[in-house]
Amino acid sequence: MGKTLFEKIWDAHVIAQDEGAPAVLYIDAHLVHEVTSPQAFATLRERGLPVRRPDKTYATMDHAIPTRIGALEVDWPDDAATQVRALRQNCAEFDVPLYDIEGEIQGIVHVIGPELGVTQPGMTIVCGDSHTSTHGAFGALAFGIGTSEVGHVLATQCLMQSKPKTFAINVEGDLGTGVTAKDIILAIIAKNGAGGGVGHVFEYRGPAIRALDMASRMTICNMSIEGGARAGLIAPDETTFSYIKGRTFAPKGDQWEKAVSHWRTLTTDEDAVFDRELTLDASALAPMVTYGTNPGQGVSINGRVPRAQDLEDPAERRSLQNALDYMGLTEGQPIEGQHVDIVFIGSCTNSRIEDLRAAAAIAKGRRVSDHVEALVVPGSKAVKAQAEAEGLDRIFSEAGFEWRGAGCSMCLAMNDDKAGEGKYVASTSNRNFMGRQGPGSRSLLMSPIMAAAAAVNGRVTDVREIL
Amino acid sequence: MQPFTTLTSTALPLRTENVDTDQIIPARYLTAVTQEGMGDGLFSWWRYSRDGSPNPDFVLNQPQYQGSEILVAGRNFGIGSSREHAVWALTQYGFRAVISPAFADIFYNNSLKNGLLPIRLPEDTVRSLLDLVEEAPKTSICIDLQKQTVTLPGLADSASGITETSWSFDIDPFRKQCLLRGLDDLGYLLDKEDQISAFEAAASL
Ligand code: SF4
Repeated sequence: MGKTLFEKIWDAHVIAQDEGAPAVLYIDAHLVHEVTSPQAFATLRERGLPVRRPDKTYATMDHAIPTRIGALEVDWPDDAATQVRALRQNCAEFDVPLYDIEGEIQGIVHVIGPELGVTQPGMTIVCGDSHTSTHGAFGALAFGIGTSEVGHVLATQCLMQSKPKTFAINVEGDLGTGVTAKDIILAIIAKNGAGGGVGHVFEYRGPAIRALDMASRMTICNMSIEGGARAGLIAPDETTFSYIKGRTFAPKGDQWEKAVSHWRTLTTDEDAVFDRELTLDASALAPMVTYGTNPGQGVSINGRVPRAQDLEDPAERRSLQNALDYMGLTEGQPIEGQHVDIVFIGSCTNSRIEDLRAAAAIAKGRRVSDHVEALVVPGSKAVKAQAEAEGLDRIFSEAGFEWRGAGCSMCLAMNDDKAGEGKYVASTSNRNFMGRQGPGSRSLLMSPIMAAAAAVNGRVTDVREIL
Repeated sequence: MQPFTTLTSTALPLRTENVDTDQIIPARYLTAVTQEGMGDGLFSWWRYSRDGSPNPDFVLNQPQYQGSEILVAGRNFGIGSSREHAVWALTQYGFRAVISPAFADIFYNNSLKNGLLPIRLPEDTVRSLLDLVEEAPKTSICIDLQKQTVTLPGLADSASGITETSWSFDIDPFRKQCLLRGLDDLGYLLDKEDQISAFEAAASL
């Protein structure tokens, strides 16, 4: 029997497998950020251990830092500054290369990894962040780990892992106009549930996936974790190779040819069997919007918020009721037309240049609604520079969006970008948990073009009507 | 890591599904550079009113559940972020075990690395346990990791629909040994140095 892509990568990285113990998995690239690393470096210090492979470790700052342009470090909140300083000190002490906010290269860890060419097919990639699944878009086995595990990888370049199961997600058909990768993944999670992928690694397959560019593939793999999966994978192909070619850490010269011929073998064999499968027809999809407090609670723009009485499972009913109470939405209401106070375009899901171009095309020549506060936060300094070179920043500014520096920003509200109590946020991020974007904030997850349309109309809008 | 062998305690019922890590510990508590102080942030959205005073309606603030070391929760506990701070918040508050029909993978893993025992029991069982501890908060629950059992000592039958008083749970045998002995992975991994070096040499990494 053949192997799945996941099994090929897994098998190539197991360096020890003792009877009755989890596998010891070798890690090719370890990404580090300021929030989940300090306690791991402290462990190394306590035990007198060095970082085993600083050359496979890449650090940046993204979560805690403010993204207001011109925000001086002296004016930062104390705790953000403390974490940034701790990361600088740890990187200096342990010789880990740091992409500092002071430098040219910096941004959300899952945006800069691929941008620098660190992310390559067939690799194992980890980070103390659940959206490490993003890198799976390149056919890398990439997943989030806790801080204890960050310490293990720093010290040994290895992790102990039990083998997950495999789950094929087949996306057939072609996407319609105005329907994006974000809608595919929101539809998958709405169908399979926020816990539906627990214990599994998704492999996204099928013509609709093959047709996507790398930014869109990253959007999909990014939210694998929202579907409960440990990781998400897309087999590498010409689209992948041409994205990587020429990037800072990409193989060069002869090495490039060698690498590509190896990468071509990284596909699921014809006769391989997945533990589970799910099929979705992309041509039947419409833009998606979440109404609830977990990413599985989403409907299409033409849909309505469900009614508790229509749900069979009492737990689901209660979950819906709690979500609607928090969100201030009514059972059975159409999602289209829902009032919006804030629009956030950014996060590791949707802050790449392609996302900003698409949103700018909607914003161009229009105005953000008077009652809406809208911000655009590029994923990295490189995205920001590229957008500015293309004049996207001006398009956004003229339309009334605020243009920001690179970082996580209002995706998790641990910096000073917070949505106020009770505010509705049309957000391109990945989590609509209670309070995620600020105490009492109410997130409506959607694609960048849907968010831009919500900004100009001041309410949830079917972007296809204004394309 | 504190070893886990047996635990007898009352349990705190949290009848909520999909409890995410942002609910367990909001991002504003993640600014620390040490592990300390997380217990105060546990469930902070629910636990405190907007003015910072304890919310009397939230179960964590109810007198009958003070001192409970077992948390019983709805399915998909710990979804969301990889923040180990969520586990630190639970352990620093005083929890030593969480019972739920299903856990998110990263949370489950993080728990095992901090001596917090995550126990998966069938949905019906968890529902009965929730009913029971809501009705009779003084009920003791006994967890024996060696035997992999959850029992209700002294409770043969009850009106709450519980027909058996002992359930067994699954746990990876290696993880079980680590918990019983209070060992973490780092020592084990450091012992693999020869294999790690050999792998790197072979792959010319
Ligand atoms: S953008 Fe949001 S989800 Fe992505 S890494 Fe930052 S905080 Fe996490």
